[in-house]
Amino acid sequence: MNSNKQFNMKKNSGLKETLTLRKETFPALSSGFLLIALFLLNTGCAVDDTQTVVNFTTLTMQDEFDTDGAPDSSIWGYDIGTGMNGWGNQELQYYTDRPENVTVNNGVLIITARKEDFQGSGYTSARLITQGKFSQTYGRFEARIRVPYGQGMWPAFWMLGVPDSPGEIWPSLGEIDIMEMRGQNPTTLIGSVHGPGYSAGNAISKEYVFQNDRMDTGFHVYGIEWGPDYVNHYVDDVLYNQITPEDLPEGSEWVFDNDFYILINLAVGGNFVGSPNSETVFPQSMLVDYVRVYEYNGLN
Amino acid sequence: MKNIRVKNIGILILSGLVLSWSVGCEREVSDEVEFASFPQRAEIFIDGFSGGLEYLPFGGSKLDAFSVDTDVKYLGEASMRFDVPNFGDPSTSLGFAGAIFPDYGGRDLSDFDALTFWAKASRAETISQIGFGSDFGNSPYRDMQDKFLVTKENLRVSTGWQKYVIPLPDPGKLINETGMFWYAEGPDANGDGYSFWIDELKFEKLGTVAQPRPAILNGEDRMERSFLDFQINLTGLTQTYNLETGENQTVAAAPSYFTFESSDTGVAIVNGMGVVTMVGTGTAEITATLGGVRAAGSLTVDVGGSFDFAPVPTRDPATVISIFSDAYTNVPVDFYNGFFAPFQTTLGGAININGDNIIEYTELNFVATEFKNPTVNASAMTHFHVDIRIDENIDPADFIAVELGDFGANAAFGGGDDSSSRITFDSSTLVSGQWISLDIPLSDFTGLASRNNLAQIFFISDGTISTLLVDNMYFYAE
Repeated sequence: MNSNKQFNMKKNSGLKETLTLRKETFPALSSGFLLIALFLLNTGCAVDDTQTVVNFTTLTMQDEFDTDGAPDSSIWGYDIGTGMNGWGNQELQYYTDRPENVTVNNGVLIITARKEDFQGSGYTSARLITQGKFSQTYGRFEARIRVPYGQGMWPAFWMLGVPDSPGEIWPSLGEIDIMEMRGQNPTTLIGSVHGPGYSAGNAISKEYVFQNDRMDTGFHVYGIEWGPDYVNHYVDDVLYNQITPEDLPEGSEWVFDNDFYILINLAVGGNFVGSPNSETVFPQSMLVDYVRVYEYNGLN
Repeated sequence: MKNIRVKNIGILILSGLVLSWSVGCEREVSDEVEFASFPQRAEIFIDGFSGGLEYLPFGGSKLDAFSVDTDVKYLGEASMRFDVPNFGDPSTSLGFAGAIFPDYGGRDLSDFDALTFWAKASRAETISQIGFGSDFGNSPYRDMQDKFLVTKENLRVSTGWQKYVIPLPDPGKLINETGMFWYAEGPDANGDGYSFWIDELKFEKLGTVAQPRPAILNGEDRMERSFLDFQINLTGLTQTYNLETGENQTVAAAPSYFTFESSDTGVAIVNGMGVVTMVGTGTAEITATLGGVRAAGSLTVDVGGSFDFAPVPTRDPATVISIFSDAYTNVPVDFYNGFFAPFQTTLGGAININGDNIIEYTELNFVATEFKNPTVNASAMTHFHVDIRIDENIDPADFIAVELGDFGANAAFGGGDDSSSRITFDSSTLVSGQWISLDIPLSDFTGLASRNNLAQIFFISDGTISTLLVDNMYFYAE
């Protein structure tokens, strides 16, 4: 287990952000600089400086995908089919729970998008959901993922609010997108929240562009830390955004104080990414090394 | 936006500190480590020639097409300017601009993943060939010319500066490369030249050149019937990478980037240049890898023993008017397959097999060879000869008809004076798997009004016979 992990920050980006983001927990720039310099003196090498990206370290749920075969049914269920209007986005795939589309092998969850005629759709893929099996209010939600690439690929690791009442629907439910990307933009991560008055094209969103690296060539850790009145988005060792009620449009409601469940899927086509083209490679897979959830501890 | 990632001065100073202190924990390298002996220099042309760089234009090209331009540049002091000549420019005998920029000291490019540059042109254009790895055979480190040549074909440039990325197909092979940059470009279809500029030309480690997808035969899985001692060159050798922009960039890559393999070296062998040689009968599949990645495309050869050529004609050339034969001088022929749409299905035409010309028709229904410039006067001839070969099974309904067409006194198609006549050979006279020599008396073509202006020979099977080999078509006098 890796419950006490701090990320080593290797480059320039995070320190300034962290200081700006969470002033109350960090020393001012000058003293931080001094402390780190002293630290370096003592150890000779090891780390350069450290950005505290995450604060919550007590696990509440984890799946390391260490058992080959179908994913653990005590954690994961499935959305099957095409939903309403391609899951609201005119997506082109038919979701199944067949091993051709979703399986665990060699310590990795593999979600595979295939180009095949199936139940009237031109593609198949899978969407795993923890609805009715696992949900939580606040905490840290992270997964280690390698995404596919190419026009029309749309992998996502995200969350939806559990309805307060049977009639409550999106976007009032709330949606937190921990990781999504367009296959045709292999270096651009998108983290967002959606709620009433700030959904779809008007979601509160930020892109993080990888420098000299891509999302489809290796695994990266994508996560959020979520507490009352904030959602922090991070990737690997970089905290790249914080969203608070102040970021919402005037008069909008913050809908992130109740239980949310997890979704992991690989969509094909739809409004957000556009259709695949002749150069898009099929089949292709989204790989998930682990999913870990930690409880909110009131710190920070 | 409160989280824009900004380098501030404190962090820059910090990085400096880290560098100086981390010296303390460097480990000694082991004695077995072999250091690359060539400099890992990235720059080719930033504001001038990098050390060791030379300019060598192609023979026959516009020698002064390249100049250093200090007025037009993307960044810094100067750019490379290339003036593509107009058609007929007297300063170039071959009518193009082209050059290589070698550094014969050699460079180790193995830590880079792309050749990059900024470019623009005087008008939106397509540069025919641009790349690296060309050395004119003068590299002291190579046993052959242009061993690791890379060419981006038809690079589109616009009138605004834009960055271009030419990926290295397999950087690990480029430990002593001398060909830093090359290009070749001619005037456009209207004969007009133009100018283009290149700046900040260098090798880079972008870290975003990914998802290699090499290919041979342009990714096709091809089947070929072949014969002992025949050779087939594997072409369409490419490497494709997905770039940071999401675009796939495909370059032509020299055979030496690839590792070729034959599934049965008792049937076909393949050398490092991608030349396949048939050495035994049977079937073999030729595949390739590049940098450990299996290339799309394959060649499956079906080697059926030695090729059996038609009997070599022995008649005195003085008594022969030859349409198609390696044994005689042939009259001018317009085509061996007119591809008459929409009713004709026949594909194929004249092919060369190890220096011997034959005609292969496939998916035959009917096909014409035409020789109307000028027409042939066969009035003094007595026979038409042709060798045909059918390798498929012959069914009872199969036939081949030979038809001669005469264009009449006006020596042109139409005009009311054309005539033609057909002789049909049914399945009882056809034998599969061997050459059939037909010597048909011209008097048998009873429908020909004249044979003073012969211009067409048809083969007709109406689809009953699909593949037909043809050789030695000539008229003769006995």
